[in-house]
Amino acid sequence: MKFGVVVFPGSNCDHDAYYALGQVLHQPVEFLWHQSEQVAGFDAIILPGGFSYGDYLRTGAIARFSPVMRAVERFARGGGLVLGICNGFQILCEAGLLPGALRRNAGLRFICRQVHIRVENNGTPFTAAAKPGQVLQIPIAHAEGNYFCDEAALTEMERNSQIVFRYTTPDGREEAAANPNGSLANIAGICNRERNVLGLMPHPERAVEAALGSSDGLVIFRSLIESLTRQATVSA
Amino acid sequence: MLDTEIRVTPELAAEHGLSAEEYARIQKILGREPNFTELGIFSVMWSEHCSYKSSKVHLRRLPTRAPQVLQGPGENAGVVDIGDGLAAAFKMESHNHPSYVEPFQGAATGVGGILRDIFTMGARPIAVLDSLRFGPISSGARAPEGIDEETIARNRRILDGVVRGIAHYGNCFGVPTVGGEVQFEPGYSANPLVNVLALGIAKKEDLFFAKARGAGNPVIYVGAKTGRDGIHGASLLASAEFSEESQQKRPNVQVGDPFMEKLLLEACLEAMQTGGVVAIQDMGAAGLTSSSCEMASRGGLGIEIELSRVPQREPGMTPYEMMLSESQERMLLVAERGREQEVLSVFAKWGLDAVEIGRVTEDGLVRVLHRGRIAAEIPAHALAEEGPVYQRPLAPPVPVANQRLVEFGATGADLTENLRRLLAAPAIASKRWIWEQYDYMVRTNTLEPPGAGDAAVVRVKGTKRALALASDGNGRWCRLDPFIGAQLAVAEAARNVACSGAKPWAATNCLNFGNPEKPEVMWQFSRAIDGIAAACMALEIPITGGNVSFYNETLGRSIDPTPVLGVLGMMDDASRALGMAFRAEGDVIIVLDGRADTESTPGNDAREFSSSEYARTIHGIVGGAPPAVDLAAEKRLIALLVALAGEGVLQSAHDVSDGGLAVTLAESCFASDGLSARVSLTSREPDEAALFGERGARAAVSVTSGKLARVLSLAAQYEVAASEAGRVTRGKFCIELNGGTVVSVGVPSLADAWSGAFERLLSTKEFQKVG
Repeated sequence: MKFGVVVFPGSNCDHDAYYALGQVLHQPVEFLWHQSEQVAGFDAIILPGGFSYGDYLRTGAIARFSPVMRAVERFARGGGLVLGICNGFQILCEAGLLPGALRRNAGLRFICRQVHIRVENNGTPFTAAAKPGQVLQIPIAHAEGNYFCDEAALTEMERNSQIVFRYTTPDGREEAAANPNGSLANIAGICNRERNVLGLMPHPERAVEAALGSSDGLVIFRSLIESLTRQATVSA
Repeated sequence: MLDTEIRVTPELAAEHGLSAEEYARIQKILGREPNFTELGIFSVMWSEHCSYKSSKVHLRRLPTRAPQVLQGPGENAGVVDIGDGLAAAFKMESHNHPSYVEPFQGAATGVGGILRDIFTMGARPIAVLDSLRFGPISSGARAPEGIDEETIARNRRILDGVVRGIAHYGNCFGVPTVGGEVQFEPGYSANPLVNVLALGIAKKEDLFFAKARGAGNPVIYVGAKTGRDGIHGASLLASAEFSEESQQKRPNVQVGDPFMEKLLLEACLEAMQTGGVVAIQDMGAAGLTSSSCEMASRGGLGIEIELSRVPQREPGMTPYEMMLSESQERMLLVAERGREQEVLSVFAKWGLDAVEIGRVTEDGLVRVLHRGRIAAEIPAHALAEEGPVYQRPLAPPVPVANQRLVEFGATGADLTENLRRLLAAPAIASKRWIWEQYDYMVRTNTLEPPGAGDAAVVRVKGTKRALALASDGNGRWCRLDPFIGAQLAVAEAARNVACSGAKPWAATNCLNFGNPEKPEVMWQFSRAIDGIAAACMALEIPITGGNVSFYNETLGRSIDPTPVLGVLGMMDDASRALGMAFRAEGDVIIVLDGRADTESTPGNDAREFSSSEYARTIHGIVGGAPPAVDLAAEKRLIALLVALAGEGVLQSAHDVSDGGLAVTLAESCFASDGLSARVSLTSREPDEAALFGERGARAAVSVTSGKLARVLSLAAQYEVAASEAGRVTRGKFCIELNGGTVVSVGVPSLADAWSGAFERLLSTKEFQKVG
């Protein structure tokens, strides 16, 4: 089992994802340079947070055209597991691997804080180790996390249980006050129809050690590891 | 007209900010008249900002040596040994004038500049703190100076722009902004202060220095292209007073590109790893000029560069413009001849311009060629090191006559209501509105984020250690007495670091003052240096570098003298880091006082109390004198706090500072998970002084009943008075004084006043209405 953390120019949570997987969870992990044209040998790909290519045009808009993203797209279409965190989520939306878009926060300011998200669907490879409705405390740090999609896409996502995380109060109530950025339907993270591509604005890699405020992000990585282990067992 | 055709005259030199004597010195060094480009080069290198010509003689009095100091003042940043084969590089710098002219870009490039200073040393930046000073943003307080609405609205816009600028640069670059402080005084209305402290980590053997070696080695330019922005930033913006025309200086403010800087960081650290880099220096103030001549001068060599090879953003730039440009995100490095390809290929990988523009020479000259013709030729050492040094006249300012002092009890006895008002004062209120705009967690090292403890604490991955950082500086106190005010700044920053559990290890400073040509300003500066020196020696904290910012005046009005101290603390065991939050109901609250014999020492008197935040907010009085400083008491308290944290016997620690003991206790409640406090105090001071006096060397800590005896016995051992003041509760916030209840209120009511103050003043809607 091997994880790949993509490094775009301007990625700045790449080291954090690498550390969480390698040092905290003791998984084999390597960086993947943005100019790599293939991702062979990797079992799961992480698109980390940051400001890929400076994000001067629109968040994620340039990164989606990088050589590595063509390879990631092929990998995802073939069923490979892809996790996009923050800027990674924005890139996945730009690349069309996930529906919708991320707009500027409703308050028009960058927000860095601990938030609570509720697991809406624990039937994905990224949430299988979580209890249904489990509330996780995971921090956000973004200026463009205001999720939006049209009515039809929202209905479709709801029908397919693609909304994986919603912002809630610490006790799991879905309220406007718990929504930090104005996201439609309090959406914090979604997956594709096939459940192998997940994007979320909160940073689970920053929530893997209690000393840093929360270890609730572990459940996402553990789910991922368990899913890969199961896959490996099945294919063996 | 070509540069070479512009005739240099004494008048032109004066326009460049050079005095007649300085101009004569230039003629002597060159043995001839300088040409226009050379005049420009001398004017920036000998500007106050680059040459420290007025401050040098005073800075020598600061203690800079200690076993842990690997690099003192004189390099891009100070460096200290932090064990495990690691070194910490840190430094603080100002970007005041640019932040007034253009708050967003001014503050952003302030962050960019100090980050380059850190990674130029080979260290990866791991934390940033900001020390900010603005004019009043609220008319709610009874500001004695009578601030008009227009000024308040402008101050809010400046604050908003500065915070956005810091966030823009730091967040994109990927360094956590973990702390700092903000103060408001009328003197900063037309001259805000933006001081940025950056900290980086490197393996000791990977440290880099800006010292050219090896004649014949190639000089390589990397990073952003050179444009016409920022020309004369150092000489005109940073080294002159402001007038009404200052807004016209907007083109002199540089524009920052944090993405480019991020690439530069990664590429420089990777290039250094190849072993092919000999020396490296960032192009900050005075750009290509200072980087080339300082590297040459430090190495005792010369440098020759050909300007036509410099990557340029626009055509037709003259040598004068290229040498003086302060375009951001550029570096100059010296590579080892024969290995330049290894270095260049790293920059190519990161998509950065990297061009060989010259070579190191033996003749000790900075020779600037433009299309093969000599545009400037100046002895490097004379340019960098033989600039003017001034022993400027000093004179104490005329004392203010008939100062109003606080009359105790004059505002009535409702201390609960006064506490609530004090908690909502901008200087004391929660700064969450500011720090939530900063990514304070990236790099996953932040153990004590903003608002959680007296100092920010970041762990050092790969070790058990953590580093604590705090900054402090009180301009109001320094105006009243710069010698005491400066000592208090050192003491408070050190005390903050100790409250978080770390041993004060080294300090940097940023010295913000008015026009040094005024004897009163120079006197303030000299006294502040004496204060810093006295406190650093007493507390055994070496100064490893810093920055002097003079000419902080607009329309002839000087800012309050504001020396800001940044203290770095070291913690062997990161798991011992302490926050200010109360942790559990029933814990015992102890007030520690370094003045062991509190019975016989006088408390805050009316004079001292008149300089407190309470006096300003409740009585509308700013005057008197700063609280007396007792360095021996501070030292005992710091030693005790470090020992207590080391044994892991405390639940929380928070020092007594702005707003006094009552505010300290309230803040420990606010930071907690719904806890409160009930304390009973005895004091011979007037009630207001006992609750809100700001005398130092004190802290309020909480401890489980089981550890109480150990804490008291350690306190006795360190000769620190420890009085059991009360308990952590889940009830009302109660303070009894000499047997009578003086404060009794629910925590949420206080917390609302404290936590919502900034939102109320600066929320988008409110802000737009006023602004």
